[in-house]
Amino acid sequence: MATTFTKIADVTVGSGGAASIDFSSIPSTYTDLVLNLSIRTSKSSVAENMFLQFNGSASSFTARWIFGDGSGLGTSTTGRIAGFGDGNTATANTFGNTSIYIPNYAGSNNKSYLVDTVQESNASTSYAGLMAGLWSNTAAINQITITAETSSNILQYSTATLYGVNNA
Amino acid sequence: MASTYEPIATYTVTSAQANYTFTSIPSTYTDLVLVMEASFLSGTNLLAQVGNGSVDTGNNYSSTYFRGDGSSNSSSRQTNVPYIYTGADTTSTGREVWILNFQNYADTSIYKSILSRFGSSSYFVGLGTALWRSTSTINTIKLYDYNGNNFQAGSTFTLYGIKAA
Repeated sequence: MATTFTKIADVTVGSGGAASIDFSSIPSTYTDLVLNLSIRTSKSSVAENMFLQFNGSASSFTARWIFGDGSGLGTSTTGRIAGFGDGNTATANTFGNTSIYIPNYAGSNNKSYLVDTVQESNASTSYAGLMAGLWSNTAAINQITITAETSSNILQYSTATLYGVNNA
Repeated sequence: MASTYEPIATYTVTSAQANYTFTSIPSTYTDLVLVMEASFLSGTNLLAQVGNGSVDTGNNYSSTYFRGDGSSNSSSRQTNVPYIYTGADTTSTGREVWILNFQNYADTSIYKSILSRFGSSSYFVGLGTALWRSTSTINTIKLYDYNGNNFQAGSTFTLYGIKAA
């Protein structure tokens, strides 16, 4: 019986934090990738956008996203979004959670991906969103890098897990 | 060792075609997850029909979705219609991703709920939910465009089964 959703690698940020979370040498033997994130940053805010790079490139990304904050809906076209992290004024010990699904990451077409994300804090404003992205590059994805939009530090206990999904 | 997210079937379009149907889906899982990545030259909206043996073409579905295009948001609801209106627009010529979750698809005590997430970086991104008013097990799923426009070559469809234990 075939099994799938295999863990490729995981990262837990240690004391002192990290400027980025990086997965390199991603094998091309799966069909899709799933990247699950739990992120808190040093930004003095309740939330921070996280950014994505593929193969070390921050170029050729486009996106559409929708989000709610508890009082209204928003929509945007900011590219390279990899979900929300909790900023450092969010309720203590809380982290933003994101799941990124990347189908056919090793194929020869441009790379689409879908992002589910929530940022939770015991406050009147917290964010939930859904994003659709495109990396207009036909290269197989072999590296994924996550950084904070304002280059703030990704804090200790943040985690990231990369899974490979086989379609057969 | 427990295994989950088991691939049931996969299909890649080799020349443009108007629809794709998963058939003979085993009833041995708890939930189903359908992942599509596809493109169209033109289109309207992605629809789905489900059934047991053959898809139900009666007015036994209802759907709600909300979506945004980067400048505005919208929401819509349809009741008593012959299809699941996923909310995903197929007009974009870019590549789009759809993920459909069929919860408890083989539970014959309940009507069937379907969740959809969809998005294109050049058009809409959104969420939807739908109901098929039948207690029958889902063993057939059909995907198609409202106006019969074609999925382009290179489009992929994969169905996974998830077990609760």
